[in-house]
Amino acid sequence: MLTHVWIIPLIPALSFVAILAIGKRLPKKGAEIGIASVAICLVLALATGTGWISRVNHPPESAHAEATAQSVEGHEAEATATASATEGEPAASADAEHAEGGAEAEEHHVTPPVQRNVTWFETGDVTVKAGTLIDGLSALMLVIVTFISLLVHVFSTDYVGGDRRETHYFAFLSLFTAAMLFYVISDNTLQMVVGWELVGLCSFALIGHWWEEKPNSDAALKAFLTNRVGDIGLLVGVIILYFAAGKTFDVLSLNTQANAGLIEHNLLLIGSLCLITAVMSKSGQFVLHTWLPDAMAGPTPVSALIHAATMVVAGIYLVARNYGVFFNGLSIGTANVNALAVVGCVTLLFGAFLAFVQTDIKKVLAYSTVSQLGYMVTALGVGGWTAAIFHLFTHAIFKACLFLGSGSLAHHIHSFDMKKDMGGMRKRMPITFWTFLIGTAALMGLPLITAGFWSKDEILAGAHQLGGDGGYRFAVIMGLMGAVCTCAYMTRAIWYVFYGEPRGKSAEHDLHENGPRITVPLIILATGSILVGYANLPEKVFGIGVPESLSLRFEHFIEPTGAYFPSADNSFSHPEFVPWIALVSALAIVIGAGGAYLWYFKDKGPHGITERNKVARTGYKVLENKYYLDWLYTDVIVGFVKGPFARATNWFNQNILDGVVNSVGKGARGAGEFVYHRIDQGVVDNVVKGSGLAAEGSGSVLRKTQNGKVQWYAAYLFLGATILAAIFVIVAS
Amino acid sequence: MKDLLNGWGVTAAVFLPLVGALVMLAIPKSEETLHKVVALVTSLAVFVVGVALLWDFDYDHTAVLQYGQDKSWIELINARYLVGIDGISLPLIALTMLVVPLVIIYSWDHFPAPHNPKAFLILILVLETGMVGTFVAQDLLLFFVFFELVLLPMYFMIGVWGGEQRKYASLKFFLYTAFGSALMIVSILATYFLSPKIAVAGQGMMHTFSIPELAHWHGGGLARTTTLLVFGGFFMGFGIKVPMFPFHTWLPDAHTQAPTQGSVILAAVLLKLGTYGFVRIAIPILPVGAKAWAPVIGLLAVIGIIYGALGCLAQTDMKRLIAFSSVAHMGYVMLGIATLTDFGINAAIFGMVAHGLITGMLFFIAGSVKDRFHTLEIKRLGGLLLQAPRMGWLLGFSVMASLGLPGLAGFWGEFPAILSAYQPAEGLNIGLFRGFMVVAALGTVFAAGYLLWLLQRVAFGTPTEEFEDEHIHDMHFTDYVAWTPMIVLIVVLGIVPGLIFKVTNQAVVHSLIHIGS
Repeated sequence: MLTHVWIIPLIPALSFVAILAIGKRLPKKGAEIGIASVAICLVLALATGTGWISRVNHPPESAHAEATAQSVEGHEAEATATASATEGEPAASADAEHAEGGAEAEEHHVTPPVQRNVTWFETGDVTVKAGTLIDGLSALMLVIVTFISLLVHVFSTDYVGGDRRETHYFAFLSLFTAAMLFYVISDNTLQMVVGWELVGLCSFALIGHWWEEKPNSDAALKAFLTNRVGDIGLLVGVIILYFAAGKTFDVLSLNTQANAGLIEHNLLLIGSLCLITAVMSKSGQFVLHTWLPDAMAGPTPVSALIHAATMVVAGIYLVARNYGVFFNGLSIGTANVNALAVVGCVTLLFGAFLAFVQTDIKKVLAYSTVSQLGYMVTALGVGGWTAAIFHLFTHAIFKACLFLGSGSLAHHIHSFDMKKDMGGMRKRMPITFWTFLIGTAALMGLPLITAGFWSKDEILAGAHQLGGDGGYRFAVIMGLMGAVCTCAYMTRAIWYVFYGEPRGKSAEHDLHENGPRITVPLIILATGSILVGYANLPEKVFGIGVPESLSLRFEHFIEPTGAYFPSADNSFSHPEFVPWIALVSALAIVIGAGGAYLWYFKDKGPHGITERNKVARTGYKVLENKYYLDWLYTDVIVGFVKGPFARATNWFNQNILDGVVNSVGKGARGAGEFVYHRIDQGVVDNVVKGSGLAAEGSGSVLRKTQNGKVQWYAAYLFLGATILAAIFVIVAS
Repeated sequence: MKDLLNGWGVTAAVFLPLVGALVMLAIPKSEETLHKVVALVTSLAVFVVGVALLWDFDYDHTAVLQYGQDKSWIELINARYLVGIDGISLPLIALTMLVVPLVIIYSWDHFPAPHNPKAFLILILVLETGMVGTFVAQDLLLFFVFFELVLLPMYFMIGVWGGEQRKYASLKFFLYTAFGSALMIVSILATYFLSPKIAVAGQGMMHTFSIPELAHWHGGGLARTTTLLVFGGFFMGFGIKVPMFPFHTWLPDAHTQAPTQGSVILAAVLLKLGTYGFVRIAIPILPVGAKAWAPVIGLLAVIGIIYGALGCLAQTDMKRLIAFSSVAHMGYVMLGIATLTDFGINAAIFGMVAHGLITGMLFFIAGSVKDRFHTLEIKRLGGLLLQAPRMGWLLGFSVMASLGLPGLAGFWGEFPAILSAYQPAEGLNIGLFRGFMVVAALGTVFAAGYLLWLLQRVAFGTPTEEFEDEHIHDMHFTDYVAWTPMIVLIVVLGIVPGLIFKVTNQAVVHSLIHIGS
C-alpha cells in the first residue's frame, strides 16, 4: 500500500465526476457514491497507516533493502542517495547529543520514508516529477482526512437532505477530499501548490453553496481572495526554495539540504517568511484570518470538515512537511524570537478574545479554531513539532465534534444565534448536549481525561523547555492566557445554548434529538475526543512512569526520522511533562470556566460594565468590530482598488492613452486634408505621394480607408516603409 | 503518407481554406446551408491535415524544421516560399486548426447581423489561411505577407458584423496594427540588407529573408545601436499585436465591437501572432537586441499585468472586461519571453495556447449571454446559474481556469513564467527581474479579484427584475459541440502539461543558443 497511495486521492476524484454525471438520478442524489468512495479511502488510509507502523517496527535494514523496497520507477533511488549521502555530518553531532541525553538513544532507528515518483514534464533543463511521499505525517493526515470526511458525509445525508443542490454538495465534498488527500501525499512543493489551490477552490464552492444570497457569495469571494493574498507568499516562497535547492521541488531533497547547511541561510529565511504568509491565510493566522469566520456562511458539515478539521490545517502541514526549511531558516531552537512563534502567539490570544463577543455559535467555534491553529503554529515556532501535529490530530476530532454539534442544534431551528434563538437545549437534545460538552471539555483541556489536555500541555511544556534557557517564556504566558480565555468563552457558549429558558426559534419549535445519521457521528467524535489523547502520553506524569509500550507512541510513529527532518540537529529536542505547567493549566480552567460560570450562570460580577466604563466600552467595541481589520481590508483597501484606483486607471486609459491615439488620428487626418486641398489639388500630384509620408497612416489615407479602399493604404505603407528602410540601411551601413 | 505530408502537408494546410473560399465564391449567396457545409468541410479538412501532421511529427527532434518546403518565389530579391513546422509553431498551428472549425460550428445558427453567412464564412477561411501561413512561414517576407493578410478579414468582420461603434473600432484596429507593421517591415528590410549575402543556387551571392539563415547569422557584426533600432522595429510590430501596454488600446474596442466569432479568433489566435513573432523572429535573429530590450519588455509586461487587472475592475461590460483581462494575461506571456530563458519561453508558449483556449471559451460564453439577454452590461445580469445553469457552470469553470487554478491549463502559463523571472538569462539584471516576479505574483490576486467578481455578479444571486420571467434557453446543440473540445483540452493540458512542454522544449532551447543561459 505504501507505494500505491496515489490510488487514494484518485477514488474521490472519480467519485466527483461520477456524482456530477449520474448523481441526480440516484435515490440519494449522489451521496451514496460519495460515502462509498470515502469509506474505501478510509480503509486504504488505515492500511497505509498500518503499513507504516510495521515499517517503523521493522525498518528496512540497509539502504540497499530500502531501495528495493520502494524502488518501482528507479528514479527515487537518487533522492534516497542524496538523503543518505548528506547524513554524515548531522548524524555525528546527533551522536554527541545522545551521549549526554542517553535516554533517547535507542529511538534513532531511521525509518526511511517511502517515495515514489514519475516524470511529470520536462522544460528547459529541468525535469519536474510527480509523486507520493509516505511517512508518519502523511499517513496520519490520510487517516484524519478520510475519517472526518466519512463522518461528515454521513452527517450530511441528514443535514442537507433535500437541499436545493444536494448533488453538487456531495460532488464538491468528494472533490475536496480528493484535493486534500492529493495535497498531503505530495512529494514536492509544486504538487503541494496544486493541492493547496484545489482545496481552496472547493472551499470557495462550498462556502458559496447557497449563492443566491449575496452574503454567502461575498463570504466565498472573501475566502478565495484572502487566500490568494497569502498565495503570493506561497508562489514566491516555493520559487525561492526551488532555486535554493538547486532547481528541484522535491521535499526530501530540499529539506535534507536545508538540514545539512547546504543552502544559504538568508534564502531559507526569506523563503520561510514567504511561506508563513501563505500559512497565515490558509490557516487563519492573524492578520489574514478574517475570511475564516465569514466562511461559516457555508453548510455546517462543511465548516466541520474544511474550516476546522482539515483544510485550515494545510498551512500547519506545509510547515511540518518542510520543517527542515523552517527550523533552519528561522533558527528555531536557539531561543530566537521567530516569526512563526510570534504569529502563533498573537493569533491564539487575539482569536480567543474575539470568540467572546460573538452571538453566533458557529462564529464562536470559528474564532476558537483560529485560536487553536495559533497554538499549533506556536508549537511549530518553538520547535515542538510533535506537539503541533498531535494537537492538529486531537483538534481535528474535538472541533469536528463541536461543529457537527452546532449543526445538530441548528438543524431544525435554522439559526445559529445563541442569544436570540437558543437556550435550554440541554434537556431536549441530550445526545447533542453531552457530546458537545465532551468536545468542550477537550477544547478546554480538562486534565488527564481529555485529548485536548495532553496535546495542549505538550505545546506549553515545549514552549517552556525548548529554545534554551527560558527560551519562549512569552509563548508560555500567552498560551496560558489563551487557555483561560478558551475556557471562559466556551462556558459562555454552553450557558447561552443549553441553559436558561428557550428563546426565539427554539421556543417556537417542538425540538427533539436528531436521528442516528447525526447523532452517531457525534458520539464517535466525542469518544475520540477523550481517547486520542492517550496516543502520546508522556514518559512520566506527575512522577508516575508510563510503560514504554504506552508512552510517546505518537512521537515514535509519526515524527520523521532521517536527514530530511531536523531531529538530528543539536538544538532539536523533545519536551517532557512539566508538573507545574499541567497544574497551572488546570488552574486556568478553574479561573476561565469558573469565572464565566459565576458571571453567566450565577449572574455575579460587574455586569453592565461596558455601559458604565469608558475603557471597557472601547475594548468591547474594538472586539465587536474585529479590530477593524475587516473594515480596513474590505472598505479601505479593496474599496480603494475597486473604486477610485480602478476608475482612475480606466480614465487614464480612455483619456490619456486613447486620447493620444485619437488625436494622432485626428491630427493626421487634418494634416492629410490640408495636404490634399492645398498642395495636392494646388500643386503637383506626385509630390503628395512622396510627402504624404509625413502624414503616414494619415488623413487622406484615413479618409480612403473609410471608404473601404484599404488597398490604397497598403500601397502607401509599403512605399513609405521601403524608403524608410533604404534610408535606414544606408545610414547604418 | 510521410512523403505526401512532407511534400504537400503544410501547403495544403495553408491553402485549403482559400480553395474552400473560392468554391464558396462560386455558390450563390442564397444557398446558405450549402455555404455553411462547404466552410465546415473545408475547415475540417484542414483539421484532418493538421491531425496527420501532428501524427507524423517527429517529437524527438522538435528543434528540426519538419515538412519543410523551399521553392523560389520572388527570384529578384531571393524571397522564397520557405515553410515548415517545428516545436514552437506546432502547438499554435494545432490551436488554430482546432479553433476555426469550432467557430464555424458555433456560428451555425448564430450569424450576427447583417447575417450574410457567405461573406462571413469566406472571411473566416481567409483568416485561417493567414493565421496558419504566419505560423509556418520561415521566410521573413512570406511571414509578413501572411501576417498582414490576417488584418483584412478581421477588419471587415469587425467593421461589418460588429456592434454599434464598429466603424471606429475596426479602423482603430486596422490602423494601429498597420502602424506597427510599417515599423516591422522597416526592420525586415533592414535585416535583409544588413545581413551577409549567402550563396543561392544559380544566382550567385544574394541577401536572404530566410529565418533559419538569419538566426544562424544572429546579427553578428552589427553595430549595437543598429541592432537596438532594428529590434525596436520588430518590437513595435509584434508588441502592438500582442498587445503590450501602452499599445493595447485598440484591443478592448476591437473585442467589444467584434462579433463573438471575431472575438474568439482574435483572442485565441491573432494575439499570439505577436508573441510568436518575438519567439520566432526577433529573439533568434537579434539576440543582442533582445537582451538590451528585455528589461523594457519585462517592465511593460508587468505593468500590463497590473494595469490590465485594474482596467478589468472598472469595466461595466462583460466582454470589455474579458478583453482587458487579455492585456493582463498576455503580460505573463511577455514576462516569460522577456526572461530569455528556455523555461520562460516554454511557459510563454504554453501560456499562449492556454490563453487561447480559456479566453476563447470566455468569449464564447459572453457571446451566448449576449445572444440570450441582448446585453452584456454586468449590472443588468445576475443569477445566470439559475436561468441557464450549464452556461453558468461553464462560466465558473472558465473563470477558474483563467485565474490560473492549478490543474487547469492557465496555471502552466502563469506559474512557470513567474518562476522563470527569478533567474533570467545571463546578463540581465537579476534584482530587476525578481521585482517583476513579485509584481507578477501580485497580479494573480488581482486576476482572481476581477474574475470572481464578474462571476459573482453574473452567475450568482438571482436574476434581475428585467429578466426574471423571461425564459432563457440554456446551451444549444452547437454550443455543446463547439465548447466540449476546448473544455477537454483545458483540463487535459492542466493535468498533463508535458504535452506541450515536450513539443516546445527542444525548439526553444535551439532558438536560444545565441543568448547563453
